[in-house]
Amino acid sequence: MTPLAAGPGFLSPTGVEIAFVLVGLVTLGAAVITVTTRQLVHAALWLVVALGGLAIEYLLLTAEFIAWVQVLIYVGSVVVLLLFGLMLTKAPIGRSPDADSENRWVALAVAVTAAVALVWVVVDAFRTTWIELDGPAQGSTEVSGQFLFRHWVLPFEALSVLLLAALIGAIVLSRKSGKEQR
Amino acid sequence: MNDVLDVAIRLVIVFAAFLLLPLIVGQTEHKVMAHMQGRLGPMYVGGFHGWAQLVADGVKFAQKEDIVPAAADRRIFQLAPAVALLPYLLVLVVIPIGPQEGAVGEVVDAGIFFVLAVMGIGVLGSLMAGWASANKFSLLGGLRTAAQLLAYELPMLLTAASVAMAAGTVSLPGVLNAFEWWWVPWQIVGALVFFVAGLAELQRPPFDMPVADSEIIFGAYTEYTGLRFALFMLAEYAGIVVLCGLTTVLFLGGWHGPFGGDDVGWLWTLLKTAVLAFVVIWLRVSYPRLREDQLQKLAWTVLIPLALAQIALTGIVKVVIQ
Repeated sequence: MTPLAAGPGFLSPTGVEIAFVLVGLVTLGAAVITVTTRQLVHAALWLVVALGGLAIEYLLLTAEFIAWVQVLIYVGSVVVLLLFGLMLTKAPIGRSPDADSENRWVALAVAVTAAVALVWVVVDAFRTTWIELDGPAQGSTEVSGQFLFRHWVLPFEALSVLLLAALIGAIVLSRKSGKEQR
Repeated sequence: MNDVLDVAIRLVIVFAAFLLLPLIVGQTEHKVMAHMQGRLGPMYVGGFHGWAQLVADGVKFAQKEDIVPAAADRRIFQLAPAVALLPYLLVLVVIPIGPQEGAVGEVVDAGIFFVLAVMGIGVLGSLMAGWASANKFSLLGGLRTAAQLLAYELPMLLTAASVAMAAGTVSLPGVLNAFEWWWVPWQIVGALVFFVAGLAELQRPPFDMPVADSEIIFGAYTEYTGLRFALFMLAEYAGIVVLCGLTTVLFLGGWHGPFGGDDVGWLWTLLKTAVLAFVVIWLRVSYPRLREDQLQKLAWTVLIPLALAQIALTGIVKVVIQ
């Protein structure tokens, strides 16, 4: 990343930038449909589109490794788990009018707040940086690995401990409810 | 312009392989199963030993009426076969077949992650089919597919990670360039775990609980007819090709062979893949189907500990030889 001098501007977008914006719009649209559709399984499948769109955005930013991990974890595992759960609950074909917790406005407020906070943080942090997409890939596996394990080892380890704690917690909770049933 | 042409030719070759190899595996399955069961198999179509049987089957499938059940979710029902089939085409693009520069459809930097990620998407097709058919048996099949995928994705990833550790790269041609013959005994446990988990992900016998015909008719594909059904079948056989090709590349040294130079590298890849495909068929004929609880038990109590042990072994050897 190099500081933005008198370099590239917003008025003459390159092909990659146009593609980025278009994919972003598709992703946003899919995400909106995900939370507004009344058909449960369709929501999960639109989520696949949204998550896949994000993966394409990563690819366009040359972050190949992150893109494939995104597909592997979210599309391959999280969505499959979601669909599994939906099938267990016998999600009907067609609309499910009772699938409404009536928290619409609160949810919208929370979502907008979270989005504003995230956008603000990102814009503030990367205000003057520019990713040069033509040079050597900056998000390749090698570069990501070096950054992760040279500069960000401590957060990485902290996250793994957090996930381990969550895992153990899940096991404890599921075992407990198993005993009560017997 | 030359680059575009080059890429186009490669993609056409990969596409041809994608259409041809599954048919060859299918025909081999007809014949191998028949001989293992002491019968002939299809003998008449095309003259010599019924070689054109699968072509005739294809024509038959194309003629059949394409039925969508009245209660089904039309669009998802119709989309599902494509979702099941396309990922395998994408995976085939990145599998290197020889040592030469152009012997792979497209070099992907994080190849191992790419193939595992994309193969995981294929299962979404089965889930969509299972749910959208509006049929109890289909739904059960979909549920079993999901449970199976969740259990067997992890050992596959772990053993692939072991190979990546050994090679010091996650690109498939990179793995092959780093390959030495003693990797085969070193990674043999990982290879077995990967292959078994891959079989389970493809829902091939003995892991065919999701399509168990004696219990739930044909699982998620029960309601499908004609070409869409044929696409699911094609996906299964393309899956066999992809799984055997991947096992060859990751664990058996791909184009490396005991003799013959780099020129016959592609022959070694094809030979190893073919032998593995034969094993896949052999297992179908010789093993009884695993029950759902046995399936889950095998994944969580045998394959995952073995995969973790393989990773530990890889790490130790890697540190020692450095």
